[in-house]
Amino acid sequence: MSPLKLVTIIAADSLENHIVKDIQSLGAKGYTISYVEGKGEKELRNSAWEGENVKIISIVSAEVCDKILAHLEKTYFEKYPMVAFSTDVMVVRSNHFL
Amino acid sequence: MDVSSLFVSILSPMVLAFVLGIVAARLKSDLKFPDSLYQSLTIFLLIAIGLKGGYKLSLASFDEFYKPALAAIALCSSIPIWVYFIFKKLGKFDTYNAAALAAHYGSVSAVTFSAALAFHDNLGISYEGFMPSLLAIMEIPAILIALALVRLNAPNAEDKVPMKAVAHELLSGKSTLLLVGFLIIGFASGKTGWEQVSPLFDVPFKGVLTLFLLEAGLVAGRKLSDLKTAGFFLLGFGIIMPILHSILGIYLGKWAGLSLGGATILGILSASASYIAAPAACRIALPQASPSYYLTAALAITFPFNITVGIPLYRSFAQYIFQ
Repeated sequence: MSPLKLVTIIAADSLENHIVKDIQSLGAKGYTISYVEGKGEKELRNSAWEGENVKIISIVSAEVCDKILAHLEKTYFEKYPMVAFSTDVMVVRSNHFL
Repeated sequence: MDVSSLFVSILSPMVLAFVLGIVAARLKSDLKFPDSLYQSLTIFLLIAIGLKGGYKLSLASFDEFYKPALAAIALCSSIPIWVYFIFKKLGKFDTYNAAALAAHYGSVSAVTFSAALAFHDNLGISYEGFMPSLLAIMEIPAILIALALVRLNAPNAEDKVPMKAVAHELLSGKSTLLLVGFLIIGFASGKTGWEQVSPLFDVPFKGVLTLFLLEAGLVAGRKLSDLKTAGFFLLGFGIIMPILHSILGIYLGKWAGLSLGGATILGILSASASYIAAPAACRIALPQASPSYYLTAALAITFPFNITVGIPLYRSFAQYIFQ
């Protein structure tokens, strides 16, 4: 088992393609997406029509994790509804993610 | 206004389903459409409108079509400009919100359009079959014009809208792709093609529209509580401007040689506000604009007004103008 970082990004679904492209170009090898609903400081987002949220998770090295979080902060945080954080995870087959 | 046509409009299952949706939302009912159903209904409606419109377009001559098409282009490219300045100067809205509202009111609503077709069919009034092509023409330009207005007026360079990326997203977005794609398919496959698929797309259309309007009612009902923050200016605008736009649309329709039914539908298109393509574009291109203005105005003010009172009202305007 090796220590890596799990990056979790929750954002407006309209940003899905942009974020996926960004994190891949910053070094993420893969990702998992689920569609979620919830409420933040801006508005309740709970239907496809009004816009729902997308949760993107990706397991990456600590270095890539920092790059992704810094990029998101710079590019999206000010304008778009978005939450991003990282957690420590222990993975098997770590070469899969690096 | 012709009272009997008002009843036809209000007492249709589509409008009543919309009202039920609003009631359900206000009662905080647990009724909720699965997201995939909403997506499926949208896809069905866009394909059905596109296919039938394309087939009917194949029956029309170029001479019949080009003037109405010009009228549609004139409407959708001029409406966003004055809507923007009305919100900016009179309503004191900021650039982003004024532009988002201009995008919504300049673009058109496929569902209001569908309700207008259903209304005309129920009353047995004929209209030009190529009207869906005008719907397709009018969907995108207003959104791009509104974004260009932001580009011209954005306070600083960082806030400039990436027009190229947005244009790509709009054109590849599902509503344009399906509508234009199926207009072409309907046009190319003609009568034989239409007869093969009409059992799925023609007769069930109003039933599917009823389902969609129930969902629209649920969303509009939830948005009603935003009316307080939206304020009187938005409320007044959301009712008065569609009426003025409809009159303009009907006049242009008459000029373009449309029939009474066709001109009424062009009036209804001009009066309608988008709430599928435009909100999706604004969420991505104008995140600074607040959905509690644009979505509330389009969906909780203008849309309910149009499908209940508006459509029969615009019909009576058209009757007057055509006299």
